[in-house]
Amino acid sequence: MTTMTYRDAIRSAMREAMRKDPRVFLMGEDVGGYGGAFKVSYGLLEEFGPERVRDTPLSENTFLGAGIGAALGGMRPIVEIMTVNFSLLALDQIVNNAATLRHMSGGQLSVPLVVRMTTGGGRQLAAQHSHSLEGWLAHIPGIKIVAPAVAADARGFVLAALRDPDPVFIFEHATLYPVEGEVDEQAAPAEIGRALVRRRGDAVSLITYGGTLGTTLRAADLLARDGVEAEVVDLRTLRPLDTETVLASVAKTHRAVIVDEGWRSGSLAAEVSARIMEGGFYSLDAPVARVCSAEVPMPYAKHMEDAALPQVPAIVDAVREMLVAHG
Amino acid sequence: MPILTADMSAGTLVEWRKRPGDALARGDTIAVVETDKGLIDIEVFTPGVLEKIIVQPGATVPTGAVLAIVRETTPAAAPSPAPPPRAPVVPPARRAVAPTAAPSDRVRISPLARKRAAELGIDPASVRGTGPGGSIRREDVEQAAAARAAAPAEKPRAPLDRQARARQAIGAAMARSKREIPHYYLATTIDMHRAMTWLAEQNLERPVADRLLYGVLLLKAVALALRDVPELNAVWRESEPVRSEAVHVGVAISLRGGGLVAPALHDTAGKSLGDLMRSFRDLVQRARSGGLRSSELSDPTITVTSLGEQGVESAFGIIFPPQVAIVGFGKIVERPWVVDGQVVARPVVTATLSADHRVSDGHRGGLFLAAVDRLLQEPGRL
Repeated sequence: MTTMTYRDAIRSAMREAMRKDPRVFLMGEDVGGYGGAFKVSYGLLEEFGPERVRDTPLSENTFLGAGIGAALGGMRPIVEIMTVNFSLLALDQIVNNAATLRHMSGGQLSVPLVVRMTTGGGRQLAAQHSHSLEGWLAHIPGIKIVAPAVAADARGFVLAALRDPDPVFIFEHATLYPVEGEVDEQAAPAEIGRALVRRRGDAVSLITYGGTLGTTLRAADLLARDGVEAEVVDLRTLRPLDTETVLASVAKTHRAVIVDEGWRSGSLAAEVSARIMEGGFYSLDAPVARVCSAEVPMPYAKHMEDAALPQVPAIVDAVREMLVAHG
Repeated sequence: MPILTADMSAGTLVEWRKRPGDALARGDTIAVVETDKGLIDIEVFTPGVLEKIIVQPGATVPTGAVLAIVRETTPAAAPSPAPPPRAPVVPPARRAVAPTAAPSDRVRISPLARKRAAELGIDPASVRGTGPGGSIRREDVEQAAAARAAAPAEKPRAPLDRQARARQAIGAAMARSKREIPHYYLATTIDMHRAMTWLAEQNLERPVADRLLYGVLLLKAVALALRDVPELNAVWRESEPVRSEAVHVGVAISLRGGGLVAPALHDTAGKSLGDLMRSFRDLVQRARSGGLRSSELSDPTITVTSLGEQGVESAFGIIFPPQVAIVGFGKIVERPWVVDGQVVARPVVTATLSADHRVSDGHRGGLFLAAVDRLLQEPGRL
């Protein structure tokens, strides 16, 4: 086990893959000479050279399309998009090509593409750099979405995505890059499609992923002081969702609060809630609750950004409202 | 299902005296319930209309279960010289007879609680919800099931007859009293010469039907003496005594088949001796024929027991929870008594007090008995 940051864990996984497999290469805006907007690829240009660490123009639809082409041609491209907000420029390639080609070709074509992008708020980068649009992309059949919340998963999912025969999108929450965690550099790739219980409890299931896992665990610690043991489920993969793990937890606790940094309306939290209702209705002892971001473009001012994001007190309040006796 | 006696955990609905749609006035008897104390009339506290009967005759339900829903009638507006131009139309509120309000006919219950209710054979309509908006949660259903299991009627052993159950209920209440209440006991002997003389004169003037028994003098004296030591006129709630403004003396009445009840003589302190006598006769008659009202069983704030008729000279009672004192009287007997240095024969009675040491001390108890004595020396003022 090694202690390393989330950022270093991603770089370590990319370096390991590039050393072992000559088909793997990285491209994106400023990934080479600058070392990446979030310094994830820092040092890779020096080791692997400009053929395998390629700076691209500011043209997401173009270079994501180039990634699809390279994947069709037998390469294992990793495409870095600076933030999920900018991935909207590449939606045509994502929805109409990356996600469809296997199906439209009757299985003749495979797109083993890896797309990494930053998501989420909390760093005062304002509305055009701070949204959590994972829920939108998780709507699309034909691609897989992972959202590592800890360093070990960041490494594990990069390796798993490179092995996957279909497009895999990795969402890296901007606040997680400097967070340290224990990483086993000999560990096998993470399993896409499997959620994990990060904390055991029996009073309520707190279901979350990515940047809000830490917030949710802190809320669970606060609740434990009052004797409320919350179970925290880390979804890890947003498509396909691990419904089984979620339902098993709810079957035990009979209550669920979903914490999701996306906007509430039409959110991933809404999808999880619907699945609990479909598969766990008769084990529910209270309506499912959601703690999501305020439905506004992310504010720049620190106090307003804090107010817009899911925070510990909101989670604690949602749980208390569910548990306190009302009559 | 109201709690009518200490340690009552369930009751059986015997019959409905009103039908859905009937108008109800405060104090009306709406139903008859069988408890270990016999058949009790259930009174209505809220005027309205009986909207729906939930528990059918023959069913035994835990205390706190909703028996029926009463739709409150809007009180008529008091006539005013200049009525407001447009009075808002207030829709009639609904209120259940039991403490829980059912907001609508549809029971608010979680899916899990509904499933548990089906498994446990609990009617959700009879469960009190504690979730958001009064919704029923799993815990509520399981508590209702536990209460039902604890109810004697639900026990799998051979059903006991009413007398055996009454004995069991008395045993439970008395065991609880001795377990939880630290009793202290005081006794004093009271010269009844003046009281008995006054009573004999009074009864000469009264028609036979209105003659007084000395027992009502004792009851009235107890009720008035409580003004001096009001802490004895109280009930124990949770962890503290709650004093009662009104004095409702519970009168221990032995039943012909065995067992006893101690229903309240409402407002004992405020009634004249004549009224008290009539109320007392009525209470004894109804206690023995089965027609006590629910409020009479739940209201006593202190109890008086008297075993003089059986020749007993002194009786130390066990406090009837949640009350905090019981007063005992023995037989009035002639005894040598010293008056002004001379030994004379006087009718005397032994008065006792058993009181809860959590609430009062022997000093205060002594003052109470002294007040009873003093009051009985001035019978004309009772």
